[in-house]
Amino acid sequence: MVTLSEADSKRRLAALGVPMLDERTVDTAAEAAAAATSIGFPVVLKLCGDAIAHKTERGLVRLNLGSADAVDAAGLELLARATPDDGPVQLLVAPMVRGTREFIAGATRDEQFGPCVMLGVGGVLAEAIADVQIRLAPIERVDAEEMIEQLATQKLLDAFRGEPPVDRAALCDVLMGLSALISSDDAVASVDLNPLIVAPADGRPIAVDALVEVNG
Amino acid sequence: MTRSGFDALFDPKGVVVAGASSHPGKFGFVALHNILASGYDGAVAATNREGIEVLGVQSVGDIDDLPADTYDLVFVCTPAAANLDLLRACARKGIRAAFVTSAGYGEAGDDGRAAEAELVALADELGILLAGPNGQGVISTPSRLCAQIVAPYPPAGRIGIASQSGNFVSSFNNLAAATGIGVSRAVSAGNAAAVSIADYLEFYADDPHTAVGLAYLEGVTDGRALFERLRAIAAKKPLVVLKGGATSGGARAAASHTGSLAADDAVFDGMCRQAGIVRAVDVEDAFEAAATFATQPRPKGPRTVVVTTAGGWGVVTADAITRSELELVALPDDLRAAIDEKLPPRWSRNNPIDLAGGETRDTIPEVLDLVAGHADVDAIVYLGLGIQSNQARLMRAGRFYPDHGLERIVAYHERQDARFAEAAAEISQRTGKPILTATELAVADRDNAGPAAVRASERVCYATSQRAVRALEHLWRDARFRTRRGR
Repeated sequence: MVTLSEADSKRRLAALGVPMLDERTVDTAAEAAAAATSIGFPVVLKLCGDAIAHKTERGLVRLNLGSADAVDAAGLELLARATPDDGPVQLLVAPMVRGTREFIAGATRDEQFGPCVMLGVGGVLAEAIADVQIRLAPIERVDAEEMIEQLATQKLLDAFRGEPPVDRAALCDVLMGLSALISSDDAVASVDLNPLIVAPADGRPIAVDALVEVNG
Repeated sequence: MTRSGFDALFDPKGVVVAGASSHPGKFGFVALHNILASGYDGAVAATNREGIEVLGVQSVGDIDDLPADTYDLVFVCTPAAANLDLLRACARKGIRAAFVTSAGYGEAGDDGRAAEAELVALADELGILLAGPNGQGVISTPSRLCAQIVAPYPPAGRIGIASQSGNFVSSFNNLAAATGIGVSRAVSAGNAAAVSIADYLEFYADDPHTAVGLAYLEGVTDGRALFERLRAIAAKKPLVVLKGGATSGGARAAASHTGSLAADDAVFDGMCRQAGIVRAVDVEDAFEAAATFATQPRPKGPRTVVVTTAGGWGVVTADAITRSELELVALPDDLRAAIDEKLPPRWSRNNPIDLAGGETRDTIPEVLDLVAGHADVDAIVYLGLGIQSNQARLMRAGRFYPDHGLERIVAYHERQDARFAEAAAEISQRTGKPILTATELAVADRDNAGPAAVRASERVCYATSQRAVRALEHLWRDARFRTRRGR
């Protein structure tokens, strides 16, 4: 089992209609600073590579960088943290998205039931919250709608603390994209979109991190 | 798997008990007893090595001694070692189904598994439907057949039961007897060596005697195929599933958060939602869901009204509805005005409709009729049945009865409660809307005129309003699933 790089993971999901951030992959800290200037501050900087999963746990993510200098410094630091096991690495620059509400969405293969699509409440806290809905892929749109509707924490889906309701149609699109990916490609073992942040401006879910695991 | 095999299993023209015994503690006696005692009117024969008479049936030493084409089901109580020869002899006599209760098969180590494979292969070659082995038996009320080594024989009805555990068949049948909501077919799948739970449920899906399937599932193998089959079954009729234990899915790759969140039970639960299966949380929930499908019309929406004769019950029931996927609908103005005509002003004037003791002789049937007849109401939970009959019971048992006017008032109370139960059933039928009656008197005093009349109307009298709400929620989810998918 190997993981695709974050950039490759996101490319595959974006092609299936999963909303992704405007983000750039670059090789040097200086290029990262330039990219950040063009995207607009603040940004997130991550070290990514085919062999790197779970960047947060390894401290390979820098949040809320507000200037080109800050990006440059963080870039140098992250590149220095790469280990030989990581293989070729790059820097990923993305806009910093803040949202009160986080979800997790993904796809996996169950030994008994085969490919499944999952939606859960809570981003990094999802495993503790354990409010999840699973369906067997491929799903129909009505199944995606019911996954959202049948989450226990419905209050997070309505207007919340001054933010608009979650855009359910866009969230359905994410689930349909995950279903299409795991159903159409036997090599895909699992997909994590974690977190899926609800944008405070329009309620659309945005995959801030993506991880595709493939057999091989 | 042929249709004729299932017809032979559930509606046999004649049954042979193989391995009948004269000892009333042995399965070979109990099975024959239960068949004879429950009113089966087809031909019954028995085999026994000594050719003894059991319960008035003269047994034969061998299947070969029986006439051909008279029996089509064999109920097998003989030791596993004897069963291959037995099946061959049965095939020669035109027997098309065997229920094998014998143990010593797949549950009994490597040798048992080999014996089971051999039995399955032979049955297949002979064209005999093989139920079991190691199962408790089969019930079919349209044929008044009780071919099982356990009790009870349930009342006739429209619930079709298939269980991976024989004792759950007994549990469901006991609940059928207690509620009066009966069973069409019931089968304990045993080791399910040749015929699986899904096979039985497929038969029920096309069975005109069965309105709803009720299954107990344990270990799931080939979950994907099971999903496809259960989905097709549930598309035809409501299907209630109680699941025990975890799937055989093993450890998952720890690299994926989704994998660790997709625990076995969450996957099974999602599978049920997607297939349109009603998943029950316990044995009572499972039976009552099935019994409710078998007896109530389907709600067209979630809008539920509580009608109660006392406040506290209504409040607690409103809480249960609010926590469910049902809707505690605000009372429409025109309905409130219509009820104002029937009651003194102290009634609650909202949902729950608390009559607050303002009711007179005809109020309850009239209010039920008004509520059920309103276009913005989809279902009713009715509370308070049997209170007056409970007082009547105390009066009847007390030392003042029948004097002081007690005889007359006791009869009046009991007549009224029976009438309310009948009205609830009649109005529900006429309006096509579910009306569920709940009172703990259903279990506290089964002879109370209220619950007794609910049973007589062939509906469930729910022991608590929470259970009524839970059953109604199952009905609503099922109706919503079908509507959303254009069924």
